[in-house]
Formats: sequence, C-alpha cells, structure tokens
Amino acid sequence: MASDRVSMREQPAATRARNFEEVALGYDAQEAMREAARCLRCKNPLCVQGCPVAVRIPDFIASVAAGDFAGAYDAVRQTNALPAVCGRVCPQEVQCEERCVLGRKGQPIAIGRLERFVADWRLAHPQAAPPPAQGNGKRVAVIGAGPAGLTCAGTLRQLGYGVTVFEALHRPGGVLIYGIPEFRLPKALVAAEVQGLAESGVTIELNTVAGRTVRVDELFAEGYQAVFIGSGAGLPQFLGIPGEDLSGVYSANEFLTRVNLMGAYRPDSLTPVKRGRRVAVIGGGNVAMDAARCALRLGADVTVVYRRTLEEMPARREEIHHAQEEGVRFAMLHAPLAILGRDGWVSGLSCQPMALGDADASGRRRPVPSGEPPAEIPCDQVILAIGTTPNPLLVNTTQGLAANAKGCLVVGEDQMTTRDAVYAGGDAVTGAATVILAMGAGRKAAAEIDARLSGRAEKE
Amino acid sequence: MYTIIAKELLAPGLVRLDFTAPRIASSALPGQFVIVRALEEGERVPLTIAATDTAAGSVSIIFQTIGVSTRQLGALSAGQRLASATGPLGKPSEFFGAKRVLCVGGGVGTAVLYPQVTALYRMGVPVDVVQGARSRDYLILQNELGALCGQLILMTDDGSAGRKGFVTDALRDLLAAGEAYDLCVAIGPPLMMRAVAEITRPIGLRTVVSLNPIMLDGTGMCGCCRVQVGGQTKYACVDGPDFDGHQVDFDSLIRRLKGFVDEEQALNQQHPCGGLYHGK
Repeated sequence: MASDRVSMREQPAATRARNFEEVALGYDAQEAMREAARCLRCKNPLCVQGCPVAVRIPDFIASVAAGDFAGAYDAVRQTNALPAVCGRVCPQEVQCEERCVLGRKGQPIAIGRLERFVADWRLAHPQAAPPPAQGNGKRVAVIGAGPAGLTCAGTLRQLGYGVTVFEALHRPGGVLIYGIPEFRLPKALVAAEVQGLAESGVTIELNTVAGRTVRVDELFAEGYQAVFIGSGAGLPQFLGIPGEDLSGVYSANEFLTRVNLMGAYRPDSLTPVKRGRRVAVIGGGNVAMDAARCALRLGADVTVVYRRTLEEMPARREEIHHAQEEGVRFAMLHAPLAILGRDGWVSGLSCQPMALGDADASGRRRPVPSGEPPAEIPCDQVILAIGTTPNPLLVNTTQGLAANAKGCLVVGEDQMTTRDAVYAGGDAVTGAATVILAMGAGRKAAAEIDARLSGRAEKE
Repeated sequence: MYTIIAKELLAPGLVRLDFTAPRIASSALPGQFVIVRALEEGERVPLTIAATDTAAGSVSIIFQTIGVSTRQLGALSAGQRLASATGPLGKPSEFFGAKRVLCVGGGVGTAVLYPQVTALYRMGVPVDVVQGARSRDYLILQNELGALCGQLILMTDDGSAGRKGFVTDALRDLLAAGEAYDLCVAIGPPLMMRAVAEITRPIGLRTVVSLNPIMLDGTGMCGCCRVQVGGQTKYACVDGPDFDGHQVDFDSLIRRLKGFVDEEQALNQQHPCGGLYHGK
C-alpha cells in the first residue's frame, strides 16, 4: 500500500546482540527515493515546526525523490551541522514525524531515515570542502565539543566568526563519542562530521578543561568577544543506597565511557571493562538502554531494573524494542534498596516490588511499595543509569555565572547566562535531554551571539 | 605541545618526564594532577604534577612503571610526544594556615609531596619531611627536599640508607620527642596513609592525604574514583585528591583499587614489553 513507509534493513537480533556494528543498515538509493516519493509537500509543513533546528524537510525530501542527493544534503546542512548524527539518534517520532500529515491516517514519512540516507550519501561521495567562510575578524570561544557546542561553532563559523572549541576529553563529540554506543552511532561518522567542521575553519583544542586549564575570564583576555558554554550534564547521580562502593558497580557514564570512548569492547584495548556474567542496569531512559545493550554485547545476561512499568519508561520505544529483541530482560516495578556484596564485589541487587499509584508532577503514575517483601536479583555487576547533572566546575570558577538548585546554568530568552557575553545551551542549561534539543540551543545561541557582536541586537 | 623535553630515571622503575604544556604549566597549583595518554590508543593515566616551569611552559610528572600504560609512558624518550595531557585537575592543596608541617612520603608518594613542600617553603612555613622507601636505590629527591625542609628523615625497609624501619616509626619517634606540628601531609600507598592517620588521630593532628583511586576522565564525569569520606561519597578527581585522612574509608579505597586486577594481569601478559612494539 502506498501509505506504508519503506522499511529499513537491520542486522538480525541474534547476530547484532554479539557485535558492536551498527544495528540499522540504512536505505539504499532506490529505497530512499521510494520513501521520499510519499511526501505530500505540504504548503505549510508542520514537520519543520517539529524540528528544533528547523531542517528544510520538504525541500530535502523533494530532492531525494528527484534523485538529487547532493542538493538534498545541502538543504539539510543549511540548518543542521550534524545530519548523519541526527538521522540516527533524534527522537523523530515525537518531533518532525509526529507532525507529519501522513501520520494521521497511516505511517508518517520516514524523515529520520531519509536524513540519515543523504548524510551517509555525502560521506560516501566526498566533495572538496567549500572554501571557509570569510572571516569577520571577531572571535568566539565555545566550551564543549558536544552537540550544542559543535552546532554553535559551525553556525558561527558560517557567519564568518573565528571560532575555537575547547574540549575536555581527548576526542571531540561529547556524548556522541563517550555515551552513545558504536552500534547506534558509529564513531567514524562523528569523526567525519567533526572533520567537516574543522575544514570549515573551526579550531578545536582538545584536552582543555574550561575552568581548570583555562578560565572563562582568561578567554576574554585572550581576545574572544563572546563565550558559549555547551559543557553538558556529565555528573552521574548515584542512588545513595548501601553497596554503591562495591567493585562491579558502575555509573552508566563510566561503563559507557570505557566501552565507547576508550574502546574497551575491543580485545586489544588498554582500558579495561569488567565483563559481567549477570548485569543489572538500573534506570529506564535511553542511557539505560545503551548500557544494557553494551553489557549484552560483552556477553552478559542483562536485566533492566525500573521502578515503574514499560509504559512510563522515558527511553525511545525503538530502543526498548531493540533491547527486547536482543534478549535484554526487563524487571519492571522494582525499586533498588541495596546492592549486595561478597568480598567487596557485587553479588546481587535487593529490590522493593512496587505498584503504580496516582499520577505525579511529571504526569506519570507514581510508583509506591506494593507490600510484597523485598526481592533479590542475582548479579555480579550493577550499572546505574538514573540521570546526570551539570558539572559544577564552570560555575565554581567563573565570576557571575549562576546556576539553579539542580546545577543547571541560568539563561535568559536570548540564551545569555547571568554573566555578560557568556551564553549557554544544551544539557548544561536543561539538564540531561536530547542531542537535537542541545543542537537547537546551540544554533539559537549562535544567532544571539551574532546579533550582539554584529551590533544588530542594539539597533532593534 | 606535549613534547618531552627531559627524561630522567630517578630510581629503578621510577621515571621523571618533563613535557611542554603551556596552559597547564601556567595554571597548575600544588596538589593538582594531569591525565596523560602515552599513545593514541592508550589508557588515560592520572599523575600528580611534580613541578611546573612557567617560563619553559613545561610540566613534570614522576611515575612508577608498573603496568602496561606506565611502561608505555616510560618507554617514550626526549623529543617524542605524549598523545595527550589534560589538566590541571583536582583541587589545589590547602594548608589551613599551618605554622609547622610534617610531610610524610612513601615510595612514589614522595614525588607527589614535593610540590607541596616547595609551596610551604615559599610561604615560609617550616617543614620536616619523613621519606620512606624499600631501599637506598628507591629514595628520591633527597637533595631537592633537603634544601627545602628542616629535618629530612630517611627510612628504608632494609636499612640500606637512613634508619631501618617504616615512616610510621619515624613519625612516632618525632611525636614522642615532643616535636609539635599543626598539620601532617601524608602521601604514599593507602596502607601507609592509613597507618599515619591512625597515629595522628588520637593526638588530633590534622592529617591530609592524597588519594589515587582508579580514574577514567578525571573531570567528574564517571564517578569511578568515588571514595567514602566522613560517610559521604566524594569524587577524588573533583573533590580531591586531598582529603582529611581521619575521615577517609581506606578499606573501601583499597578494595576498589583492586577493581581491575584480573584485566590488568591479562593485559600485562598480552603486552610483556609495554605494548609499544605490537601492531599499530
């Protein structure tokens, strides 16, 4: 039937559960053109309104349908600095695709898959980089080479600014490189997208911890006229239950950083990761799914432990579905009470069985103890994926930079922090959210910085 | 950047490297550390900054070549580059307005102590130093420390230099002789730091220790280096590495230091020469 979207090939679940190669295999040109042909080309495209970076969706899809993949890429790239990334990790089902008119009666057009296709097509058909935009003599410092920072940097560079990105880790990409696993987002793609930004003239200084290696005040002294902070929300939370200091207990950040950034899944890696036999992952978000699926690929029997039910899980449906297919188990309505240990190592997880009560502030039904006695989940490794908060380092080392009670930077409508000429966006402001929201904030901040430095802000 | 400009073998298996890193050199304070990678695919290794030279824009690290990653570091020579160096990380040391300080260093911990002794000397605070090592060959920085401190008491396990015995023996003797300090800084193996803290606890002598748990990013991102201090979870990388020795749960620290023993042994067998000449 014409209204069914073209399906995308995937590695079979049993195969992919044992490797780190990409799960989804993407469209080929024929499939992409067939899917693109379903687009209704609405005069007032709602999909664009659903996109935090306002990708010109109908334009790029029309180009795909016509077989003009280069034109499609250029249309996407105009507002999206990281299309190969977004095509893979954006929650399209609650953004652009949710607004698609086709979705009212059938399946919405597969915007994410098409975006991925055009980005991959460009990477497979490289062209000489366009000459870097002419410099306007003004310089902006960007802190953090994650989705927000890279987007802000790329946008400002296009506008002619001299941009330096300061990144704490030894590779650029932020959560794209340390957090999201290879099988969802191949690291070579992230490197290629970053390389594209570097070729456009963005300078990236790695191994530079803003607040320690260089302070925000020093950046102004070095001649930067504005600073954008996109340092993310990297501080992992723990539950504060007994046993968290046992060996074999990891934050999801530690586990994923070992596996993804340091490549600990490769046998020749110098950075170790413990390969658990039975792993309990606590949490219900995308990070919990990523950790569970990594542990599974390292050979473990994995159980996701969540205090509500599948229904309330914040993870993308697609991620939950993939995890289930691969053999991850789900222990729902279990609230961790204590991590049990033997000789200093994890031996189990004690949980309180829960039931769902009335809705809480988030609109989800609140889990309450069911009255059943505590249950023990036997395991030799526990991974905590219960959220992260912004790192306090910049607030502690920058005068006039204020954060709220949760450690998130306070910004105004214009993305400017409480410190003049210092802007911020992404998880550092919102707390842990999505890649695309961070990119949207980076793009908006770039426009505000441009308005300020070009003098337009004052004339208005 | 990160070019090695000097290398010195201080003692068997104990190497000093000086490398260029101008931003780190100009912002580092005593007690802070760097995370270095010897090779592009290398592990991130946290090491205390032993000294900085702002004019040369260089940073010194001193380390023991005990695992694959530190052997890779030790195999680099002057003119070669580290894959990366990140820092300065951690909180600078605090001295709490102390009037007279006793510094106790064990093994490679003495190297960690050196910048603090230097800082105290520059502040005009009198310092005595007790240094312990396995034998004469393993004593380091004696001339440097000797020039900065009042008494330098050397202790060796085998008596081949200084007195035979542990640093704790010297500490007890100093206190028994009526020497009065208002701060003790103890840096060395966890067992040594715990032993020092147990001696100073009954007399209420404030004791600062510098912890070296397993670390990954060193910026507060992974929580791997969490330690129990006064019943609270602290991250050594951002809340430390210096902590109140009387509050640290050393049992937990020692246990967690063994978290990857099996994996490290497997790697050591896989890379007997430090991995430098294999593949890549």
